[in-house]
Amino acid sequence: MCFAVLSNYMRLLVLFLLFNSMLVLPVLGEFKFTAIPDQDTARLQQRFGKIADYLSGKLGIEVKYIPVKDYAGSVQSFKNNEVQLAWFGGLSGVKARLAVPGSVAIAQGAEDPYFMSYFIANVSTGLSFAEEFPKGIKGRTFTFGSKGSTSGRLMPELFIRQSFSQTPRDVFSRVGFSGDHSKTLALVQSGSYEVGAMNFKVWKKEVDAGRVDPAKVQVIWRTPAYPDYNWTIRGDVDETYGEGFIKKVQQALIDLQDRAILDAFPRARFIPADNSMFKPVLDTAIEVGIIRN
Amino acid sequence: MLKTSLTFVGIAFIAVVLADLEVSTQHPWLEMGRMVEGVFTPELSVIWEFKASLLNTAIFALCGTFLGVILGIGLAFFFQFLPVRLFCAFIRAIHEIFWAFIFLPIVGLNSICGVLAIAIPYAGIFAKVYAEIIQESDQQPLEGIPKDTHRLSRFFYGVLPVIYADTKHYTAYRFECALRSSAILGFIGLPTLGYHLETFFKEGMYSEVAALLIVFYFLIASLKYWLKPRLVPVYVVLAFALLSREISLSWENVARFFTYEILPWPMRRQGIHDGTYTVSFVLIPVLEWVKAIWLDEAWEGIWKTIVLTQIVLVGTGLFSLFVFPFACRHFAGKVTNRIWHYLLIIVRTTPEYILAYIFLTLWGPSMLPAVWAILLHNGAILAFLSSNNADLVQLRIDAPFKRIDRYFYEILPRVYGQFLAFLFYRWEVMMRESAILGILGIYTLGFYIHSAISDDQIDKAMLLILFTAILNMGIDSISQVVRRRLKISTKLSIAS
Repeated sequence: MCFAVLSNYMRLLVLFLLFNSMLVLPVLGEFKFTAIPDQDTARLQQRFGKIADYLSGKLGIEVKYIPVKDYAGSVQSFKNNEVQLAWFGGLSGVKARLAVPGSVAIAQGAEDPYFMSYFIANVSTGLSFAEEFPKGIKGRTFTFGSKGSTSGRLMPELFIRQSFSQTPRDVFSRVGFSGDHSKTLALVQSGSYEVGAMNFKVWKKEVDAGRVDPAKVQVIWRTPAYPDYNWTIRGDVDETYGEGFIKKVQQALIDLQDRAILDAFPRARFIPADNSMFKPVLDTAIEVGIIRN
Repeated sequence: MLKTSLTFVGIAFIAVVLADLEVSTQHPWLEMGRMVEGVFTPELSVIWEFKASLLNTAIFALCGTFLGVILGIGLAFFFQFLPVRLFCAFIRAIHEIFWAFIFLPIVGLNSICGVLAIAIPYAGIFAKVYAEIIQESDQQPLEGIPKDTHRLSRFFYGVLPVIYADTKHYTAYRFECALRSSAILGFIGLPTLGYHLETFFKEGMYSEVAALLIVFYFLIASLKYWLKPRLVPVYVVLAFALLSREISLSWENVARFFTYEILPWPMRRQGIHDGTYTVSFVLIPVLEWVKAIWLDEAWEGIWKTIVLTQIVLVGTGLFSLFVFPFACRHFAGKVTNRIWHYLLIIVRTTPEYILAYIFLTLWGPSMLPAVWAILLHNGAILAFLSSNNADLVQLRIDAPFKRIDRYFYEILPRVYGQFLAFLFYRWEVMMRESAILGILGIYTLGFYIHSAISDDQIDKAMLLILFTAILNMGIDSISQVVRRRLKISTKLSIAS
């Protein structure tokens, strides 16, 4: 009896040692960043792992990518100082900087000052491309991307409200939030929703990858341009990692030339940014009621 | 009993008329085909790749249950006091996922968040059930102990030996529930199985989904082989040891939550505008803030939650009444019984959140996926129980031979009371699930709570969670009144 118990405990000890090797120990002094999971969520590690290695080399400290499940999670971990740097959308960036005084936007993609959303429709709707806002979407089923997305929710909602003077729930017969842009495309392409709005860069990327069937889904409208994605860093990192650290990170991002890394975002290159550039996003978020005034 | 049953069926009928139960996808069968294909081609290699999330699922469940038991025992001793009972009712009225939403801003997206999200509501449940078990236990051994014996000794010698078996069973059952809770916490970002399940569902990678679900079933099916009472202390120590390495707690975040973020927006507004982040005490704007949230969001959320709950309450009942004979020895052969038993166990083991996800993918967002998810999960539990009870019934020799007569005249009258008691017992559970499934896109309370969390409006989320908890406590007390008036109990009392 006693031996039986003992051998059980031994077995557990072995299990314990096995399991121990399975978990990763957190290293002190690591610099961590996250990114909004805006597309292709099964391959986030592949997308953002590479830039972690690049930054580690440039900054001379361990840089780690922390995956999050949704946009809210990225803002939350930035607020909680679980990450010090983040690749945000326009809206999530504004939210994060409001929540963490002193944080700054330091870089954006070359495309981000003039970003766009595409309204896409299943061909069964009979809607086709036009330059002016597609009034014919009224009464259809409609999906946004994430509730916290700029190009998948905030800006499309603004244009919908401006065109109809109604909330999306009054305009459409059904309103959904797919969670990310790839999913929006998949849902409209499959006919689960008739119309959707998504990030134009993701649309182009999916077209290039051959995942868009023009016989099933088409772009019906392009929104006017607005500022979007940005790299935002906490203001207190200079204290932790040494004076001038923010500048160093900014420079490392702007110097980034590696196509493979840039394609993951996907951006041509990164250019400098500052907080004031995203004022239009903040104003829109207040107008739509996502950020309170 | 019949009158009550019919009243509830009537309410559910009205709710069905009011509810949005449409299939909005164009090709549900196509997606179904891909899912079935996934089930038969599980991508087993992902199991090894995501072993850490499997381990986390078990660790969160173990630590969460353990803390819940400790807190629950403590609370059970004071359960005769009304404030304690209300407190317990309150903490268990909030679903694990909502607790995770609460702990997220306080401790961050890490292990402590997952463990506390399980431990807190479970403490409320354990306190209630342990107290009930003590109350209903045999008092004779206690009477044999001298009156002036210390309370603690009286408990260890007079109560514990009597209630040990019952509490052990219940705690083991709860641990199984904790594994489910732990798994679905991944859907909102904690590092458990649900984390990857959500991704694979979203990307339509059903072979990977199938593999992860198989491991999950295996984990639960194997419980009886590795969850031995004498090994539990070892597991708990191990789990806490593993957990402690991932813990990082920032008091700054804790303080910010309780002294700032949780405060109603009007109290913080001025400070945010002038950049000082000071708090001002303004009563009227705060009341207006409550009123606006009530009118714009809470009201619709509560209404939709009730509609969904009433549909699934009756749906669950009908489903289990229809299904339990197939698993009962008086109606079908041994083989059929076996098959149905396993089917019911599999359905019961699948968390309703995952079922909802499957149906949502198939049918698109309406109340339909939520109805079937909650109905199947609870229906399977209830059918399983009812068939077990029915098996205990000894038929008379002259019992009707026709199965339909046997069902209505012999079995049903004997098991209906307990069936109804158990159905009403789960009413509150169904309501918590109805609220939660709003996260997936129907406009129950969960939708508004998730939106508030997405917009980083913690104060609003907390107020909505408070409304949800009060609603749930209300349903819980109505359920108790109904059960008392019908004089029905979940305790088995079948006289043959």
